[in-house]
Amino acid sequence: MPFFEAIRLALSQIRVQKLKSFFTLLGVVIGVMFLIAVVSIVEGMSRYVEEDFAAKIIGKNTFSFRRRPDINVGNVSDETWREYSRRPRIYEADVAIARGALPPGTVSAVENTTFAYANSQYGRPRQVQVIATEPDYFRIKSYNLTNGRLFSPQEAQLGTPVVVIGTEVASHFFRGLDPIGRELRIGGNTFTVIGLLEKQGNVFGFSLDRMVIGPYKSTLSRVTNPRGDIDALVVQAPTREMIGDAMESVREVMRGFRRLPPARPDNFALETSDAALSFFDELKGKLILFGTALPAIGLVVGAMVIMNIMLVAVAERTREIGIRKALGAKRRDILSQFLVESATLSVCGAAIGIGLGIALAKVVAAVSPLPASVAPWSIALALLVGAGVGIVAGMYPASRAARLDPITALRQE
Amino acid sequence: MIPNTTGERVDDALATTGEHSLSTTAERKAIVEAPGEAPTKDWVIVTRGLKREYDMGGEIVRALRGVDLVIRRNEYVAIMGPSGSGKSTLMNLIGCLDTPNEGEYWLNGTLVSQMSDDALARVRNKEIGFVFQTFNLLPRATALHNVELPLVYAGVSADERKRRAREALDRVQLSDRMDHRPNELSGGQRQRVAIARALVNNPSILLADEPTGNLDSQTSEEIMKVFAGLASQGQTVIMVTHEPDIAAHARRVVVLRDGLIASDDRRAAFAARMGL
Ligand SMILES: Nc1ncnc2c1ncn2[C@@H]1O[C@H](COP(=O)(O)OP(=O)(O)OP(=O)(O)O)[C@@H](O)[C@H]1O
Ligand SMILES: [Mg+2]
Repeated sequence: MPFFEAIRLALSQIRVQKLKSFFTLLGVVIGVMFLIAVVSIVEGMSRYVEEDFAAKIIGKNTFSFRRRPDINVGNVSDETWREYSRRPRIYEADVAIARGALPPGTVSAVENTTFAYANSQYGRPRQVQVIATEPDYFRIKSYNLTNGRLFSPQEAQLGTPVVVIGTEVASHFFRGLDPIGRELRIGGNTFTVIGLLEKQGNVFGFSLDRMVIGPYKSTLSRVTNPRGDIDALVVQAPTREMIGDAMESVREVMRGFRRLPPARPDNFALETSDAALSFFDELKGKLILFGTALPAIGLVVGAMVIMNIMLVAVAERTREIGIRKALGAKRRDILSQFLVESATLSVCGAAIGIGLGIALAKVVAAVSPLPASVAPWSIALALLVGAGVGIVAGMYPASRAARLDPITALRQE
Repeated sequence: MIPNTTGERVDDALATTGEHSLSTTAERKAIVEAPGEAPTKDWVIVTRGLKREYDMGGEIVRALRGVDLVIRRNEYVAIMGPSGSGKSTLMNLIGCLDTPNEGEYWLNGTLVSQMSDDALARVRNKEIGFVFQTFNLLPRATALHNVELPLVYAGVSADERKRRAREALDRVQLSDRMDHRPNELSGGQRQRVAIARALVNNPSILLADEPTGNLDSQTSEEIMKVFAGLASQGQTVIMVTHEPDIAAHARRVVVLRDGLIASDDRRAAFAARMGL
């Protein structure tokens, strides 16, 4: 019997018993629904991490050259820590050498950062994230202003005490006022606010709007790095593919500059957003594993119900099977008829589950901070899982139907 | 050996009833007495010593005890006999729904008594048209789709299927009921749908087990007219019945008793004996 014919037959069978079919499919519907919801939420988080977290905190297509990794995955052993602290600090000379090796098209900025108390005449002292850097930093991080201006290359060069502040800094220290032109004191020095960053929001509860960004050559660097060293050089490559090349150039030139023999490991770190993302990938794996265990139970129960209902269908339609066999249906024809029927049934359940799962993900995204993003592959997977469950569940009933003796089947009332 | 109660009297009246084309006892005897030999294609059905036994938990029921039946193409044969004599069992064997415990069954010159299930399914699909007492139509399918069914398993394309199914329904005067489901049809109409379904594959034999068993006498006559029409067009028909007046529509009447053929007559001889 042609495949299309079999599906048509299966659909008409389902149509005849809508309510019964629906209850039969409840397990598959619920299983697929949770599968889609969980995958969508995990996928949403992962997009969020890759786009927001990686782009905002680390920057797009960037790596940083620093003394030791800023983001550590898992526990770092004492020995590793001792090795980290034996490493030489990074100074302007290192940065100059590293910069000299960067391929054309790359953009870079030094980044010194710490948490420090700030105060103004309008608000109580409060901790802010202080960043002493260079003008290109704003480009690398895609930080835009809603008000005022960035500091100019001249101001950067001269170390003029000016700062660009985040929205929370503005609302705390200059409540109800225009912050531009007003003064903010940090570490005993006074800075003039010249720009206001647009709202960045937060990543996993960490606010990105409590930043104060000023020229690296200003007195802000005394707050961040009293020893006069540099935390990091942030480098942005024009494309993702070029990150590797840029990193290798820096590694090579730094090893030469520091006269490291080939056997010695690097005594500096080149860190990409991959480090942070690999940490998240681990988390994602666990979430998916846990999140699919529940749907899996639903699917197993669903398969059992479908198998049961197919056994009933075979019993109820024994006479039909007899008629078909008398008219020339082979075992294979009967087998595929019932397999297609149970697969179609199950795929219908999966389709309903996909719809409900997307709705559930949207609801979860609306009422909780979890983001959701429906991945096309998860829909394809759900349909495939649906068909698979149907075929597995239909195997035994269908083979029983195929093995029926035509005379016995025909005699059934 | 075919038990035969009457001789071979040639009756002039038979020429108009088609009985002139019937095989003779001598011809049939010659074929039965050559075991293992493939008959020519003209002999649609040849059984030699066909036995079918059922094991009912130790007790053996001998439904058929050695049936020798020879039927030539274009014959219209009725099979009669008391209840339990083995009529249905014989029909199931002839229809390739069942296989014998012993004996040979040649259909169209091919030995089918030892075939596998799937090979038998193919034979049923190509060579045999069934008409049952209880119609056996699919209740949720339209008349047209019921008639199409054998063609589905024959692998015929959808368009061709529809065309041939319409043609078959036309032959039984049901063109105006194609889209009706069985429960929207009368008993006689249902049986005509079943006949159309049996004919749609151009089978070599039409097998009917009590085709009028569920019909009133007027509708039975209607169905018998359809059978007579088919037989006159050259269709080989084998029909099981309880009723002598239904059997009298056939040109040849085989009577079974206790799993053996008790008599095998021309219609005229049978009618005379039954006082019809
Ligand atoms: N599946 C079976 N299992 C056991 N015995 C059977 C089976 N089918 C038929 N028989 C027996 O075989 C014998 C012949 O049965 P069959 O159905 O062929 O009779 P029949 O001539 O068609 O009778 P009826 O006129 O009542 O339909 C009966 O004794 C019956 O009980
Ligand atoms: Mg019977």
